[in-house]
Amino acid sequence: MSDDRIKMAHGAGGSLMRDLIGDVFVRGGGDDPDVVGPEAMEDGGAVRVGDRWLVTTADAHVVAPAFFPGGDIGRLAVCGTVNDLAMMGATAPLGLTITVVVEEGYGRDELRRIQASIDAACAEAGTRVLAGDTKVMGKGEVDGVVLSSAGFGFADRLVRDRGMRPGDRVIVSGSIGDHGLAVMSARHELGLGDQLRSDVAPLNGLVARVLEAVGADLVGLKDATRGGVSAVLHELADKNGAGVVLDDVALPISDAARAAGELLGVDPLVVANEGKAVLIVRPGAVDAALGALRAHPLGRDAACVGEVIADHAGRVIVDTGFGRRLLAEPRGEPLPRIC
Amino acid sequence: MCLGVPGKVVSVDGFIAQVDFWGVTRQVRLELCDADVEVGDYVLNHVGYAIRRIPPEEVEETLALYDELLEAAAKGDGVDLLAADMRGELDATGGGGS
Amino acid sequence: MSAAQVDRLQFRDPARARGLLDRLRALTAHRVDRPVTLMHVCGTHEQAIARFGLRSVLPPGLDLVMGPGCPVCVTSAAEIDAAVDLTRRGVRVATYGDMIRVPGTTLSLADAQTEGGRVELVYGVDQAVELARAEPETPMVFFATGFETTAVTTAAALLAGPPDNFFVYSAHKYVPPAMEVVAAMPDTRVEGFLAAGHAATITGFELFEPMAKAWGKPIVIMGFEPLDILAALVRAVELVVSGTPTVENLFPRCVTGPGNGRALDALWQVFELTRGHWRGIADLDAADLDLRAEFARWDARVRFDLPRQLGDGTAHAACPVCPPQQRCGDILVGNARPDDCPLFGKACTPDSPVGASMVSSEGMCRIWFQYGGRPELGP
Repeated sequence: MSDDRIKMAHGAGGSLMRDLIGDVFVRGGGDDPDVVGPEAMEDGGAVRVGDRWLVTTADAHVVAPAFFPGGDIGRLAVCGTVNDLAMMGATAPLGLTITVVVEEGYGRDELRRIQASIDAACAEAGTRVLAGDTKVMGKGEVDGVVLSSAGFGFADRLVRDRGMRPGDRVIVSGSIGDHGLAVMSARHELGLGDQLRSDVAPLNGLVARVLEAVGADLVGLKDATRGGVSAVLHELADKNGAGVVLDDVALPISDAARAAGELLGVDPLVVANEGKAVLIVRPGAVDAALGALRAHPLGRDAACVGEVIADHAGRVIVDTGFGRRLLAEPRGEPLPRIC
Repeated sequence: MCLGVPGKVVSVDGFIAQVDFWGVTRQVRLELCDADVEVGDYVLNHVGYAIRRIPPEEVEETLALYDELLEAAAKGDGVDLLAADMRGELDATGGGGS
Repeated sequence: MSAAQVDRLQFRDPARARGLLDRLRALTAHRVDRPVTLMHVCGTHEQAIARFGLRSVLPPGLDLVMGPGCPVCVTSAAEIDAAVDLTRRGVRVATYGDMIRVPGTTLSLADAQTEGGRVELVYGVDQAVELARAEPETPMVFFATGFETTAVTTAAALLAGPPDNFFVYSAHKYVPPAMEVVAAMPDTRVEGFLAAGHAATITGFELFEPMAKAWGKPIVIMGFEPLDILAALVRAVELVVSGTPTVENLFPRCVTGPGNGRALDALWQVFELTRGHWRGIADLDAADLDLRAEFARWDARVRFDLPRQLGDGTAHAACPVCPPQQRCGDILVGNARPDDCPLFGKACTPDSPVGASMVSSEGMCRIWFQYGGRPELGP
C-alpha cells in the first residue's frame, strides 16, 4: 500500500527523509564553489564572504510534550539552531530568528516559560534572538506550539561531511540516547522517573575547543539528532562510500538511558540526542580531540567508539564483543516494545 | 517474545514496589510474583509486573552450570557424543524413520 | 556482587562466550553439510541473538531458526481490523508499542490514529486501566497481545477489578500448541527446541516433558543474555547429537519445574483455551486465550459484539494480504529463511511491509532486514 502521501516516518530522520528531500526539495545546484546549498544536505548552508564563510541554517521544532525532563521546546529551538551552525564550523553564532506558531487557547504562562528558556539558552550559547514572528492558528489546526528558527554566523573554515576515509576514527562527544528516551518516556507517561533527562545543550563552545586543538584533522562533524548516532553514521558512510565499525563496549551510555533502553526494548543508538556530536578525526588526532572534548563540561564522557573502513560501503557494523552485526538504519520513530 | 528485565526492589507498599533498574526506577506490581518480596530482593519485570523473585544463589548456580559446560569442552567430551550421533545416523539409515 | 554486575558482566562475558563457541564448533564439526537444526520460538531470543551479533559467530554446522514466537506477527489481520473498527465507533484503544504499526487487512492502529481515532500506546495493562479511570465516560478497550507471560498481567488487572468502562480484547496466544505444529510437520528439519525462558518462568519446564518424549526431540529452556543463549545452544546440540530427547533447564535463575503458581492461578482463573487463527500459519486448536464467561462484563468481544473469526485453515490463503509467492508461513514455522522469500527486501521492507513478520520489531524478517541475518562481517 505504498502511495504518494507523506507519512510520519518521512520526518523521522534516516533514509526515508533523505529520499523525500532529494525527490522533492533539492533539484540540481552545487556547481558554484563559493556556495554550499541544500543539495549538499549538510547541517546548514554557506556562502563565501571575503575569506570567510557565512553559514546559515533553518529548523522547525515540534515536540510532544513541549516541556520534558531536562528541557523544553524553547531550549530545543536555540540549541538545535546553534548546533547546526557549529557543525559547519560557525561556533560564534551572530544571531537567531524565532517564529512561534501557537494554537488558539494555549496558555500565556507556558509561552512565558518557553521564552525564558530561549533567553537562557541564548545566554549559554553566547548569542541572541534578532527577530521573530508570532502566528496564532485555530484550535486543532496545530498541536499546542511549534517553533521555527534560523541562525547565522561566520566560519573561517567550513567543516564538510565528505572528507572521511578508511582509518579515520569515530568519536562521540558524550553519552547517547538520553534525549529521545526521556521524551519517549514523558510522551507516553511510561513512569520511568526523573533520572532520565534530555541532554539538550548548545555545542558551539565545545566544537570551538576541538577545532582549536585539531584543526583540519577534524574531517566530519554532525549532531546526532533524529535517528541518533545510527542515522548520522549511515549518512556519513553513504556520502563517503566507506563503512564504519563501532565498538559496542566503548559507547558512552548513561545508566538511565541504558536502563530505559533495556526496559523499553529501544537501542540508544537509534534515538535522538540534542547535545551530542559525532566527530570523524584523522587517527593521529584522536588524543588531542578527546583531550579538548573532555576538558569541556559537555564533553566529559567523550569516547572514541569506532573506525572508518574501506569495505561495507554505506554500512555501519557493530562489534558487540561477541560477534558482529549490521546496525539498522532508523526508519520511523522508535516505539517501546514488550516483546 | 517477552521482554523481561531484572531489577532491585527499593520499596514495597502492598502490591506495589518501586524497583531500581540500575539507572531508572519504575513502579512494578507484585500480584503475580512467585514469592513474597522484600526491599533488596531482585525481581524479573515484564510490562510492569514482577513475574519472578530471582534468588541470588540461583544466579551463582547458573554460572556454575555454564562453567560445567566449559569444563566438559576442555575435557573433550565431544568425541563420545559425535560417535553416538554417528551410531544414531547409522541406525536411522538401517531402520528408517527417526 | 550486585545482580546488575552479574547480568552485565558475567552473563555478557566474552571469554566464556568464546569457550562455549569453541565447544559448539567441536560438537557440530561433523555436520557442516547437514547442520544441526535448532528452533527457538521467541522474538526476544531473536532480538538478543541479533543484538549481540551471535549469528555471525555460530559455526556452519549449526542452523538456528526462529519458529512462530512473535505474538504480534501471528495476531490475525481480522483482529486488528476489529480494533481499528472500534476506534471508529468512538472507543479508545490502548495497546503495546509493538502492535501499533502492524497492518490489518487495510489499516493499522497507527493509520486509525491518523484518521482521528484515539489510540494510546501503553507500557503495561495497568497504565491502560489508569487511562480508563481518568475518563470514565469513554469506553477504553485494551487490545491485549502477547503470550502467556503477558496474558498473566492482563489477568491480574481483571482480577483487581477494573472500572466499568475498561474492556479487554484478548488476542493473547499460548505457546505450546505452536511448538506442536512445528514438531508435527512431516518435513520439518528441526531436531531440537529452545523454549522461551520468560514464558517458561510462568508455565515451568515440566510442561515440556511430555512433548519432548512424544516428539523424540530435546527441549532446552533458554535465557536471554549472550551466555544464556550460547550455553543453551551447547546443551541442546549435545542432546541432539547424543540422541537424548529430554527437557533441560538452562535458565534456572528464573525457571522452575512447576512454574509460577500465583501467575498460573491468575491465568486460568481468567482465561481458557480456544481455537484461534494464527496469521501466516493456520487455525490452531486450544492456542488462543479467551476470557472466561465470568469475565464477560469486561470482554470487548462480548460488549462490542466482535465474534472470534477463524481463517480457512490453510497457511497462505488464510492471510488476506499475502500474495501467493509470499513465504511468511514457511518462515514462521522455520522451514524457510527470510532470504528464501522472493519478496524479502524487495517488495517487502520495513517501509512497506507485506507480511507481518516484517512489520513487528520482533518479526524474523524485520530483524533479518535490520541486522543483516547472517552476513559476512568479519574483519
